Order: sequence, then structure tokens, then C-alpha cells
Amino acid sequence: MNPIIQANNLQKCFGDFEAVKKIDFHIEEGEIFGFLGPNGAGKTTTINMLTGLAKPSGGTLSIAGLDGIRDIKKVQGLIGIVPDESNLYDEMSGFDNLVFCASLYGMKKQERERRARELLVQFSLDDTKDRPFKAYSKGMKRKLTIAAGIIHNPKILFLDEPTTGIDVQSARQIRTLIATLHAKGTTIFLTTHYIEDAQRLCDRIGFIVAGRIIKVSTVKQLIEQAQQEHLMQFSVQGKEVVLAKQLMDAFPSIIEAKQEDHTILIKSKEELCLMPFMQFFDTRGIQVREAKLIHPSLEDVFVKVTGVEISRLNKEKEGKK
Amino acid sequence: MKAHILAFWAILKKDMQNYYLKPPNISWGIIFPVSWTLMFFIRSQQAVDIRFILAGVMAMSVLFGTTSMLSVTITFERKSRSFERLLLSPISLNLLMLAKTTGAILFGIINAFIPVLFASFLIDLGGINYLMLLLSVVFIAVTSTFLGLFIAVSVSEVFEAQTFSNFFRFPMVFLCGLFLPIENLPVFLRPLSYLLPLTYGADLLKYSINNEASIHMAISIPILLLFCCFLFFLSTHNIKKRWIY
Repeated sequence: MNPIIQANNLQKCFGDFEAVKKIDFHIEEGEIFGFLGPNGAGKTTTINMLTGLAKPSGGTLSIAGLDGIRDIKKVQGLIGIVPDESNLYDEMSGFDNLVFCASLYGMKKQERERRARELLVQFSLDDTKDRPFKAYSKGMKRKLTIAAGIIHNPKILFLDEPTTGIDVQSARQIRTLIATLHAKGTTIFLTTHYIEDAQRLCDRIGFIVAGRIIKVSTVKQLIEQAQQEHLMQFSVQGKEVVLAKQLMDAFPSIIEAKQEDHTILIKSKEELCLMPFMQFFDTRGIQVREAKLIHPSLEDVFVKVTGVEISRLNKEKEGKK
Repeated sequence: MKAHILAFWAILKKDMQNYYLKPPNISWGIIFPVSWTLMFFIRSQQAVDIRFILAGVMAMSVLFGTTSMLSVTITFERKSRSFERLLLSPISLNLLMLAKTTGAILFGIINAFIPVLFASFLIDLGGINYLMLLLSVVFIAVTSTFLGLFIAVSVSEVFEAQTFSNFFRFPMVFLCGLFLPIENLPVFLRPLSYLLPLTYGADLLKYSINNEASIHMAISIPILLLFCCFLFFLSTHNIKKRWIY
């Protein structure tokens, strides 16, 4: 495999503030690379540098064999960009919007009209092709914006939050499309707040926190690493007693125990067996209402790596919208 | 090259359809010059006056039409982020801005000829140097449009674009010598007049209509060309600095 994007020491400063701190990463040709991180981590600034909306303050960038800084206009002909907000022209119809976007890439009249019709069918928008963009629903707008991003068959597609704020059916359609593009060999750079999307779609994931890439790995490896830890959660009844310390003393294999009101979460490097814990609670007269084994997911990896709770991330996203 | 021409044409056509040929803008393009024309023509006592104020009405129609339209449309597209789409396309920034400004320039040129059309029903327009008239209108339209571009790059809200435009437009109208000869202005204001592109454009316009000019066209034309280049490159420089940060 060849890296289609190679960033070395990529840096972006705004005055004294270093938004992206000399990051190194590469993206293989044909892969779906997920770029995850909390708001303000430097995701958008990095995408802007990769797509030509921001000039790096330092470092080198190679995209599809071209200098991603010096030859950015050539690079822009090879990439497709789908921003997090649908930014087509309100007054123009769905069809005209697509044809216009194709014109920006120098596509001939016949070719751009054929491709526009093809995409409208693919996104189930052919019935509404003559409707102005402003009359489209949120899901339809999102689909048309994605269609505009791929009308020129880009080698690399930058997708920023493709499924945020749209209905389940449209989101499913978009996920299918991403998978289809991937199967055809398109390299996809995906940012999303939906960890399930990243887990389902991405080959590799990079985590960016406070302007630094702190982890890049395959989804499989990330989950395997997370699953090396065993988690069990207990919901207990009765008077509030601080049990975390007692649990850690009684079970040396426990590496972490957290208690919040009546919920206790324990983490162990070894496989957890329920019975000894039940006995532990029983001898202390504490009734266990619920006990469950938790299988760590990519979401847990995200929380661990970035230190950001998913609920906070979603709230941030809602606030942004 | 062909691809660039295609993109240029697509942007120009899109702007024409989306903004300049919309009924409210067509009516603005007609009502504004007609109102100015009527106002001055009614004030005029005789035919010769109409001929003398024609240059002023034409220049104002172009100035107000182009600066308003371009600064508002670009600010609007920036707000809706559709301008980002253009910045991310594989065409050079200079070509993109030329495509964006050509629509406003054409709009301004058409606006300029509405008072001429109106005047043609009232007075004899014989003796006008139409080639020079067109050249001066083009110069005024280009410099005003690029001024509108400069304004658009400097603001972030549509209402700011309007306010900032007036900050330039009204002083320009009074200082450019169209309605009050520069020689009659207070001494301390005269240097300011010569810093305005409209002064040179209006003078050329007066020359083409009434065959009288206070600045020789061998001076006016190069200065206007310099203004066009300066305003365009200043704007693109600001775009690179502010929008491709």
C-alpha cells in the first residue's frame, strides 16, 4: 500500500496559539481513515490544511504524489470535500447545483449532466431534482451535498460529520454510499462524532487531542487493546457505603474501582468472575440489584484516549449546530 | 485552460441567475438610475443641463449598483459557506474573483446606460463619443466593483457591507468633481479627490459626453488602470490573508 496522504511535522499557529502541533500521519490509498477528537482539538484546522483552506505554518504535506502546499490547486482537482454544513445554493435546484459543482472541475456539459442524473438516482433524489435546494429536508440537503462532493469522482474524499442531524434512513444510505466508494477504491478521510459510524466504517482511526495526534491504529487493534481490560458494573441497594477501596483491597486483580452513588464500576486485567463479588457484597449486607459485564467498545477507547465523555461530545455538537 | 474558462463561465452564469437577474435586483437596477435621472432632470431648467448632469447620474448608478451588489452577494455567500465551495475548487483565486466580479461589472455597465436611454427621449445626444463613453463606464464599473470586493473582504455581515459601502460611496460622490468642480472644493479636500478612482472615471465620462475634461485622458486612463490592478490585488491579498488563513 502507498500513502496517498503523508503529513510530516504539520503545524498551524494562530499568533501565539499553536492549534496543530507538528503532527505526523499518513493515509493509505483506498482506506477509510477516521479522524476523531473533541471540539477544539484541531480536526477542522487539520482538514483545512489538507484541503487548502488554511496554509500550514510548518511541516510538509504530500497528497497523491503532489506537494499539498505548493500544488494545492492541482490537489483540489483530485479531492472532494463534504463540509459539516450543507453549503449548496438555496435558489438553485438539486440538479443545477450538481451541474454547477461539476463545472468547477471542468467537466463537459454532457458528462456533468449524466453524472448529476446518475447521482440523483443513487441518492433517491431524482423525484426532487427540480426543487430548489432551500426546499429540501435536512437529510436531502446532506445527501445532495455529498453528491456534490463526489460528482467529479475524486481520488480522496473528505467527509466532515456526514451523518450528523439526519434521519436514520438517510444516515444508513450515506453509510452504504461510503462503503460503496471505499469498495471502488476511493480514499476517505472521515471525521465524525458518531463513534459507531467510525467503528463500522473505518479501517484506521487517528485520535487528535489539543492539537496532537495521540494515537493512530486500526479499529480492530483499538478494540482488542480495549478488550484486554475487563469491566463489571454493579448497581447496589441500601445505605450508601464507600466500597471502592474495600473492593480493591479484597481483590488484588482490580486495577481501578469507581463508585457513583449506587453504581460501582470495576476494571481488571484478569477475567472477572461474578460469584466472589456477590459474596463480597452479601457479607456486607449489600443487596446487588444488577450486575453486568461490560465489553469495551471503540467508544470506551475514545473516552480513554481523549478524556472526553461521549455525552459531552454530543452536547458540544448539538451546541455547535 | 478550457476547464478554467468553463468554471469562469459557470460562476458568472450562476451569479447572473442567482443574484443580478432576480426581479428585485432588476427593479433596483432600473428604479435607482431612473429616480436619480428624474430628480436631476426635473430640477433642470433646460435641455443643456440634462446633458451636463448625465455623467453624474451615470457614474452614481454604476457606483451604487456595483458596490452594493458585489459586497452583499459575497458576504451572503460567505455566511452560507457556499463561497468556501468556490475557494476549494481547482481554479486560481484570481480567476475566481474575476468570475465573481464580472457579473457585478456587467450589472454596473447596464445600469449606466439606463440614464442614457432615458435622456435619449428628452434631449439630442448627438456629439457623444460613445466609444469613450463605454470605456469610461467600464473603468468606473471595474473600479467600483473592485471597491465592493475590498469591502466584502473587510466585513463579515451583510449589514456591515452596506454600512461600510456608504462610508466610501457618499464621500466619493461629493469629492469626485461630478456635481461640484474640484477647483471649488476647499483646498484641504482637493488632494483627497485625486485619490479617488471615481474622479478620473467621471472626468473621462464628462469628456465623452461634453468634450470637456479637467484631467487629460493620457493621465486618467493609466491612473484608472493602476486603480483597477491595485484594488483587485489588494482584495485578493486580503482574501488570502483572511479567508485562506
